[in-house]
Amino acid sequence: MAESIAFYTLSAFILGFALLVVTTKDTVHSVLFLVVDFLFVAALYVLLGAQFLAAIQVLVYAGGIVVLYLFVVMLVNLKRPPEEYRDPRRRSMLGIALSVAVLLELTAIGLYSRSYPAPALAAGAAAMPVTGNTEQVGWLLYTSYLIPFEIASMLLLVAMIGAIVLAKREL
Amino acid sequence: MFDTDELVINMGPQHPSTHGVLRVVLRLDGEKVVDLDVVIGYLHRGIEKLSENRNWTQIILLTDRMDYVAAATNNVGYCETVEKLLQLEVPRRARYVRTILCELQRIASHCLWIGTHAMDIGAMTVFLYAFRERELILDLFEEFCGARLTYNSMRIGGLPLDIPPGWEKKVLEFCNIMDGKLDEYEGLLTHNRIWLERTKGVGVLTAAEAIDLGLSGPPLRGSGVPRDLRKDEPYAAYDEMEFDIPLGTVGDTYDRYLVRLEEFRQSLRIIRQATQGIPEGPIVGKVPRLIKPLAGETYHAIESPKGELGYFIVSDGKSTNPYRFRVRPPSFCNLQALRRMAKGHLVADVVALIGSLDVVLGEVDR
Amino acid sequence: MIDSLVIPLLKIVIVLNATLVGVTYMVLLERKVIAWAQSRLGPMRVGPYGILQPIADAVKLMLKEDITPTRADKWVFTAAPIISMVPALIVYAVIPFGDKVHLFGRDISLFITDINVGLLYIVSVASVGVYGIILAGYASNSKFPLLASLRASAQLISYEVAVTLTLVSVILVAGTLSMVGIVRAQESAGVWFGFIQPIAFVIFFIGGLAETNRAPFDLPEAEQELTGGFHTEYSGMRFALFFLAEYANMIVVSSVATTLFLGGWLAPFPHWLPFLSIVPGWIWFLIKSFIFLYIFIWVRATLPRYRYDQLMRLGWKVLIPLAILNLVVTGIIKVLLL
Repeated sequence: MAESIAFYTLSAFILGFALLVVTTKDTVHSVLFLVVDFLFVAALYVLLGAQFLAAIQVLVYAGGIVVLYLFVVMLVNLKRPPEEYRDPRRRSMLGIALSVAVLLELTAIGLYSRSYPAPALAAGAAAMPVTGNTEQVGWLLYTSYLIPFEIASMLLLVAMIGAIVLAKREL
Repeated sequence: MFDTDELVINMGPQHPSTHGVLRVVLRLDGEKVVDLDVVIGYLHRGIEKLSENRNWTQIILLTDRMDYVAAATNNVGYCETVEKLLQLEVPRRARYVRTILCELQRIASHCLWIGTHAMDIGAMTVFLYAFRERELILDLFEEFCGARLTYNSMRIGGLPLDIPPGWEKKVLEFCNIMDGKLDEYEGLLTHNRIWLERTKGVGVLTAAEAIDLGLSGPPLRGSGVPRDLRKDEPYAAYDEMEFDIPLGTVGDTYDRYLVRLEEFRQSLRIIRQATQGIPEGPIVGKVPRLIKPLAGETYHAIESPKGELGYFIVSDGKSTNPYRFRVRPPSFCNLQALRRMAKGHLVADVVALIGSLDVVLGEVDR
Repeated sequence: MIDSLVIPLLKIVIVLNATLVGVTYMVLLERKVIAWAQSRLGPMRVGPYGILQPIADAVKLMLKEDITPTRADKWVFTAAPIISMVPALIVYAVIPFGDKVHLFGRDISLFITDINVGLLYIVSVASVGVYGIILAGYASNSKFPLLASLRASAQLISYEVAVTLTLVSVILVAGTLSMVGIVRAQESAGVWFGFIQPIAFVIFFIGGLAETNRAPFDLPEAEQELTGGFHTEYSGMRFALFFLAEYANMIVVSSVATTLFLGGWLAPFPHWLPFLSIVPGWIWFLIKSFIFLYIFIWVRATLPRYRYDQLMRLGWKVLIPLAILNLVVTGIIKVLLL
């Protein structure tokens, strides 16, 4: 009972702030609403019993990635004021087209998952030799999902090197 | 890929670390200094023009206020120039006491320098330690002439009063205290990794550049040029004293720091010799009642703590005021080096460089 | 009901009040210690030996005129100091001050809560604190505070990486993320982690200095620089909040260092000097945190300050490789010993 109340309240906040993110005129405010959104999502993770994920969400997403978004937004705001679109009709056409595309995708995913239900993962959870939230995540990450993990770290390394190359004036 | 424009920033005239009212206009590319322009004149009081309406003895009061950190040296320089014009003989006792006062003043000036330089770079404790020692020197001066900053402690031909009894003992006591304190400053700064990183390689001036720019004093000696007026053109009692001239090698801020630190010790050496060997005798020479030099001009320079302090006076032989009184302030000439030194360095280094040159705006602007 | 609601609320009230009082007196302590290091006395007039000085400061700051720049973003301008202060305070939810205490017929544990990802919670909450600095610079609607705040936050983020890597080494040794668990691991190992992980200890301390913008890493807020720093446009109580947030962060870093590296509430040498356990655990905790705070102040009085590029170079080229090396070596030893 308390869980449902918590879930619906959090979801309301998340959706509300997400709406604010896309409707605010000021870019910096938009980024800040995004941060608050992420914090609420972390609270949702705690509700699901994934405390490790909640802490990582705050640490990495809200505390790292969005900070960098904020840097860029602030520095861009410094130099050039936001440009007005000259054709408001074009903007709304683009918006409608994108929403229709996303809606179609969501429907496709829904129909697909209904016809091919996911295999039970509960058996997998019981077979792990460690208990505790962080330990289980770690176990899964380094045994069953090792290759995606390594690929993700390679991707991050490439992104870092790319950023350094772009920003450096002479090598 | 992206074009960046240069930023023009104004530093001063009111700024905690420009050692007075100095305005520096910086052109920055990101954090690097591309160009630098020094704007002075905020402390101009017209000392040179005022002197034309004062008689020769009254001007001593005005000279105090130029390099107010080292007032006794200004007095000595001026009096010696007038004595050169008058061809006056200064008794030996007076010359010895002048030497002691000049060297005490050098230590006091360097105390202020090390305090403010270290504080600009962030080591704020050294500031209070250095001022504690400066207080001891100011007490000695107060006992001698009654003032702590603007001494008016010389007269043409000698000194206004003799040193009070027991003063020499106090000076020697001070020298012993100062030796220990110098080790304290060195312990805090000289081998400190952060100090080394902030001062080594910052503001390098080669010997040729230093001579070209007309530097004098520790900035010149820090670049390795062995010029010190106390040895090259001895005045007061320096020809009877034994001391060394510290020289730098690279010409960066660290070398200038080491040069001034060693100058502390050499000054203590000179003071000890002079105090222990003060001859008896009159304290002021035979000076005419009305000082009216014959028409002529002369230039005389001494080694002030900041560099070569020169006075050029012209007398027209008719009045008791000088016809023209011109000062060659060391800080004014040394400040020209700031532009050459700062190019290519970061903004935070500009502050270290101003401190390393040891400028006093009273001298620069007069 | 009482156990799950009243007692935690009481603990929160006590901890928050103690922290806030501690933070204001920290200001006085710093002024006194730096003054003594510089052969002078520090505040002496308000109250005996200047004890009431923080109260005078607080009253002054509260009565000061609250100026908001005209074209500044009002909400963000007001929120920035709050965003700076709140993470420093909520970290105390997981810091263990002591073991158990028996009061009114109940066993009350001397920590507000013990979550299983305690250390991670601390790190993530600290990373949110960066927003306060960025927003302060932005909301001042002036170029120089913005650039200064971006520099300060870049410094914070860089040193966060090094600090987090050292924390990972500690987690490896302790085997748990929970703060109470780490102290108990030190208890059962019989030795404080500061001795098993000396490099991590040193890196954590240096990183802590940089994270809290303390000397020698305080270039972004140094008065001798051109740009006035991110809190130029703040006055009155808002400025006080920033100021207090810095000291609160200092106390947080000291508390975390005590818990992780110096055994939290454990008495030193429990086997050789058993009589030391007469002193209750939370007093040991306070003594150890105090030692750290004293070292923080001592370092500020002594060392000159790093230039910004040297600071970043130290963080990225020296501390992070050292922390990674420490982590790898710890991992290898842990695997070999088991």
